[in-house]
Amino acid sequence: MTDVSANDAADERLGKESLGARLMKRPELGAIAGVVLVTIFFLVTADPAMFTLSGVINFMTPAAQLGILAIGAAMLMIGGEFDLSIGSMVAFAGLFFAAMTVTFGLPLILAIPMTFVFAAMVGSLNGFIVIKSGLPSFIVTLAFLFILRGLSLVGLKYATGGSTQLRGVRDATENDPLAPFFSGDAFGGLFRWLAANDYVETFKNGTPKVPGIPVEIIWFVIIALVATWVLLRTPAGNWIFAAGGDTNAATNSGVPVRRVKISLFMVTAACAAMVAIITVMDAGSTDSRRGFQKEFEAIIAAVIGGCLLTGGYGSAIGAFFGSIIFGMVVIGLTYTDFDQDWFQVFLGGMLLLAVLFNNAIRKRVTGER
Amino acid sequence: MTEPIARNGAEPIVRMRDIEKHFGNIIALAGVSFDVRPGECHCLLGDNGAGKSTFIKTMSGVHKPTKGEILFEGRTMDFSSPRDAMEAGIATVFQDLAMIPLMSVTRNFFMGREPTVGRGPFKRMDVERMNEITMAQMREMGINLRAPDQAVGTLSGGERQTVAIARAVHFGAKVLILDEPTSALGVRQTSNVLATIDKVRRQGVGVVFISHNVRHALAVGDRFTVLNRGKTLGTATRGEITPEELQDMMAGGQEMATLEGSLGGTV
Repeated sequence: MTDVSANDAADERLGKESLGARLMKRPELGAIAGVVLVTIFFLVTADPAMFTLSGVINFMTPAAQLGILAIGAAMLMIGGEFDLSIGSMVAFAGLFFAAMTVTFGLPLILAIPMTFVFAAMVGSLNGFIVIKSGLPSFIVTLAFLFILRGLSLVGLKYATGGSTQLRGVRDATENDPLAPFFSGDAFGGLFRWLAANDYVETFKNGTPKVPGIPVEIIWFVIIALVATWVLLRTPAGNWIFAAGGDTNAATNSGVPVRRVKISLFMVTAACAAMVAIITVMDAGSTDSRRGFQKEFEAIIAAVIGGCLLTGGYGSAIGAFFGSIIFGMVVIGLTYTDFDQDWFQVFLGGMLLLAVLFNNAIRKRVTGER
Repeated sequence: MTEPIARNGAEPIVRMRDIEKHFGNIIALAGVSFDVRPGECHCLLGDNGAGKSTFIKTMSGVHKPTKGEILFEGRTMDFSSPRDAMEAGIATVFQDLAMIPLMSVTRNFFMGREPTVGRGPFKRMDVERMNEITMAQMREMGINLRAPDQAVGTLSGGERQTVAIARAVHFGAKVLILDEPTSALGVRQTSNVLATIDKVRRQGVGVVFISHNVRHALAVGDRFTVLNRGKTLGTATRGEITPEELQDMMAGGQEMATLEGSLGGTV
């Protein structure tokens, strides 16, 4: 495109765009700036242990669990819809998964795909109602927030004979060949080798302090990369932006808006199922409070990541960094002298800042005055 | 008001014969005939409520005519959706332009029709080619974009109109219907859009230019058809008719002349 600028002398009113102005147009800029700020904050205030390998793994684990949800939520928000039921979906999919493995004794190779399909079906029901009724997704999925949470409770009591916790998932899945992909730590061998060669910190007996990278972090990175690729490089990504930007214009241009939106609801629910499978296998049990209020945290991470509440703008990479900010703040405060409950204040403040920032960005991008 | 002779002897691409459209007991169109040939700009003029919108919606496949027939390249057509009309080669640029301000010019240009490379799960948009085509098409239309990822929201109204027109032409429109493209524009932007219409016409596309502004129509039009109260009042070729005559026909004649007199001939 270099020769283009040579012919470009036509309009003298178009000022040269500075690098700063160009960067301002990236939706994920705010989240990256946020990560830098939060890092500086904790470098100053927190125990240096926070930024050792084990400290980083410590805050990346909750960041990853939230992030998988937040990336789904971000894609859905770009597509112009909300899903407030994803937190409850985690509990509901967790119940389904635990029931499949414990109650019915199915192997993971069946239980995992079935959980995904089941969650996607519930997601498509959400989407179908929103599309058919034309109601705001906010209210429809708010209904499902309660429906799914209630069903999880009722279902758990039914499956266990009165308890709100279903145990025995670890025993049921421990020796399954698929288990290492969804629970525990990856690259254990590499870390043992690093420890043996003194590249990483070890305990006195020579085992590494960090036994490996928790699988959710690996999934988090993979999902963020795939989502970014879909959004930026595939026709489906273009359709998502179009569907969220202006449903009417998108439809008139031949974008299958309904299909796009329903698929996005299914993807979001599948992300919730992913978190459910990982956390249930990790804990070895499921309970009805799993995923409680995660829908709000996921939406906050997506908004910090640059998503507009009105749709049509945002990025998966932004949600990735938004979730990391979240993890850093939740865990980071324990490394400082601050009261941990500052976390909520911090989160609300970040959300407010992010919304104001995004609004200003949108005006810049659209040239609105 | 004579039946015009075909320009260069070309057959019309689209010919609409005695189109009637009723909505319940409201007669929106009461027998409209209209045709457009390749490489001409045929202006459809009419005041508000004359039936212009209903007529172009019939032509672009949104409405089905109650009576009458539509011939496309000599064959009778029965469009059941705008998609059908689009595939046949009738593209409509409505006033809302079907553009998304937050998206880049390139993404808007190819919205719903993205070229791809690769196979299976690795099928992706051919971003480089998309950018190249967009930049080239925009340059041809006289718009210099800073970058292909510039958001449509940063373009002026006239530039957006031009992007929408260029997009339609790029995707093989044989007939381009423009719904009041100049109605919300300033003087300078209007002349840019009129220049764009001229460029498109030179490429052999038949342009249907809907307007209620006689001056804009006369600036580019080859033929002029006036619609009043759901009927065509007649078709005139360029040079056969004066702006005053057109204006009078649009307004239904007498009362407008009186009004115009009282306003000193400025309307």
